[in-house]
Amino acid sequence: MIAVAISFLIAIMVIFAAYAVHTNDLMYAVVATMAVSLIVSILFYVLQAPDVAMAEAAIGAGISTAVFVIAIKKTERYEHD
Amino acid sequence: MIKRIFSILLVALVFFAIFMTLATDVPFGEDRTGVSSRYIYEGVNETGAVNLVTAIVVNYRGFDTLGEVTVLFVAATGIGAILYNRSHPVKKRSKTEASLIVRTGSDILFPIMLLFGAYIFVHGHLTPGGGFQGGAIIATAFVFKYVADTRYSIDHAKFTVTESIVGMTFALIGILGLIIGGFFLFNFLPNGSPAELLSAGIIPIIYVAIGIKVGAEITGIIDNMMGVQQ
Repeated sequence: MIAVAISFLIAIMVIFAAYAVHTNDLMYAVVATMAVSLIVSILFYVLQAPDVAMAEAAIGAGISTAVFVIAIKKTERYEHD
Repeated sequence: MIKRIFSILLVALVFFAIFMTLATDVPFGEDRTGVSSRYIYEGVNETGAVNLVTAIVVNYRGFDTLGEVTVLFVAATGIGAILYNRSHPVKKRSKTEASLIVRTGSDILFPIMLLFGAYIFVHGHLTPGGGFQGGAIIATAFVFKYVADTRYSIDHAKFTVTESIVGMTFALIGILGLIIGGFFLFNFLPNGSPAELLSAGIIPIIYVAIGIKVGAEITGIIDNMMGVQQ
């Protein structure tokens, strides 16, 4: 049961990561990256590493998303080919 | 397109082959050095910290943590050197104000998040978490303030002074250990009884210092980025 849930989470994570690379809208890419961080933190928690899970949730999903959003606001939102 | 997919598959196959040949020989989860069993069985007696991760990060590997804090300090200083803008506190950052819900919500959540971050780094030796996690949560509280109020800005001088004082506290405790015990970051305070708030010697002091330092540094980074003119 737990193996199925973990495989499902990893599959979603790969899809989000591929989307973040593929999309031209950087704001969507940042949100997808945040989703990857969130799923990684859930996986760390399931693998009994609550310290790392907490750091990943606070820094990966919280602070770095805020930094990216500020940077996009100050520059450009769309990627040009 | 087909060429691209083919090359991606080829790279994946090569890495899979290398990984399989290398990883099948290594026994997974086996204690090869004896260090981990020493940490697991003697860690609580030697350091007094119930949270084993904190015992390793701050006590056994305290010097590495000092290096880690220095890396973050250098990164924050570099961002400040590039992006620091003297004139920004006077100006509004955005044309539109945030809505009432966002402003009220951030006002209510700000003290609670500060308290939660402080709780996490004060209890670093008892429960999961510690200085870095608590500091990041404190910085998130300040991000809330920046989002809600277009004129909000921290007092840069006070934050820099706070950060310097707690950074020096960490180094001074290390040097004090060098004087008293003979090596850097020697635990010169009594361990106390495990699972109490005042236990584990110098670990709570160092984690409080790291928590305040990380919080102040990341808030400084956010402030520098917010002040950049378009």
